Amino acid sequence: MEKVDCIVVGGGLAGLSAAYGLASEGLEVILIERGDYAGAKNVTGGRLYVSPIRDMYPELWEAAPFERPVTREFITLLNSGNATTIEFASDKFAAQPYQSYTVLRATLDLWLSEQVMEKGGMVITNQRVDELLMEDGKVIGIRAGEDEIGADMTIVAEGVLGLVSTKAGLRQKPSWKDHAVGFKETIELPQEVIESRWHLSPGQGAAHLFMGEVTKGMLGGGFLYTNKSSISFGIVLGMKDAKERADKIDVYTLLDDFKAHPHVAPLVAGGELLEYSAHVISEAGYAGIPQLYGDGYLLAGDTAGLALNQLYTVRGMDFAVASGYYAAKATLEAKQQGDLSAAGPMYEKMMRDTWVIKDLETAQHIPHFIENPRIFTHYPQSVGRIFERLFTLTSDPTEGIYHKVMGSVKQDFVNAKTVKELMGVRKI
Amino acid sequence: MGTTVEGKLGHNVFKIGKERHITVNTEICNTKCKDKVCLYICPAFLYKLDDQGNVTVDWEGCLECGTCLLCCLEDALEWEYPRGENGIQYRSA
Repeated sequence: MEKVDCIVVGGGLAGLSAAYGLASEGLEVILIERGDYAGAKNVTGGRLYVSPIRDMYPELWEAAPFERPVTREFITLLNSGNATTIEFASDKFAAQPYQSYTVLRATLDLWLSEQVMEKGGMVITNQRVDELLMEDGKVIGIRAGEDEIGADMTIVAEGVLGLVSTKAGLRQKPSWKDHAVGFKETIELPQEVIESRWHLSPGQGAAHLFMGEVTKGMLGGGFLYTNKSSISFGIVLGMKDAKERADKIDVYTLLDDFKAHPHVAPLVAGGELLEYSAHVISEAGYAGIPQLYGDGYLLAGDTAGLALNQLYTVRGMDFAVASGYYAAKATLEAKQQGDLSAAGPMYEKMMRDTWVIKDLETAQHIPHFIENPRIFTHYPQSVGRIFERLFTLTSDPTEGIYHKVMGSVKQDFVNAKTVKELMGVRKI
Repeated sequence: MGTTVEGKLGHNVFKIGKERHITVNTEICNTKCKDKVCLYICPAFLYKLDDQGNVTVDWEGCLECGTCLLCCLEDALEWEYPRGENGIQYRSA
């Protein structure tokens, strides 16, 4: 059996990041990807936070083919009869170094795989890894079809479903209870149209989130990210709510209803559909992190449960890059010490001592908090009611501003449920 | 823009192989499963009932998202990724 220093299973951001780190230091590394190219099987909403990972591979982020830096944030509370949008722009976000970028994975991941190869790493595409080879409880390599390849260290970054690692008993099968499904359309729009619809300077980008009517009371929301000449337009939906919904709503129709909503339709009008994609997302947060390592292997990216729904933003790609970076770093340090078995504990320590696991720990109460359906119906409607009353003028004598606003506030916010929910808010 | 979900899938690149990567064990569906979550949860709407009331899947249009795999509680699905070279090949996801 052919044998190399390291095998990386999966050409997503975690795997590519690990392979790049290892290849840069001259290790013999083979990355195996089942798609036609790295990125061919990968889906994002679309935003990558670069600020947490900038120092890891600064040369990459300076040159990477991002779509647009996100300089404007929009949040829309969408109801059946009205919409309230908060638009936030800041000089800080509009200046270098940009905090986050919109991305398309087929572009970004393919480019990263080229950087891995430039450093001497081998990237094999069109190969599905079928299983991990085990010997006395140790991972000693992989089997892909007829081919077996041995390795001193196997980094498993095969994505959220973790088929190979689950089969090998390295982690549990992901549960519908704490996962969501994201599905989106990539819609082509001219650059100037994008810039005019989201009030952007040329080249700059927007992130636009939607809460309320989008998910018809279920956990989740809508998203819209501006790419160079397209938008990524989709929905993230909690599986538990979708599954247990009494009227068994056909999930895919939510996106069509979202798109046809009178307050959304003008944003996507005139666009041409380029592609329809979908993927499972972990929402388990801190509680969903499995044992990160064992004899001969490290888990990275979504396979290691590294995803975080922070309500106003969903993170995963920055965690993936960071875990790949630390997986490579720990492997390299352990190898230098002449004891590869030290890599696992070192990897876990690096992850726990930095923002990677700390951020997940900080946010550990969010999954429970967002299980409350009132967040997705009652509150967006309440805010809509306040503004509707404030902006309404009829032939009746009008109320004072204070009464207009306080009338709605009392009705929707001064009650036992809201007080109880406010107590819960302090935890997140 | 009122595209059907089949119409949406028509914009994607699929390299369809000979082997199906999802197999439904309809005996389990017919004897154990009450909810048939697969029929409404798949974002590509690939699961349908045939004339005999058996669950079928149009696996050729699979987005490989994994939703059905997680949501099928009775383990009625044999679900693998398509072999290398096959399945969805995203260009702008």
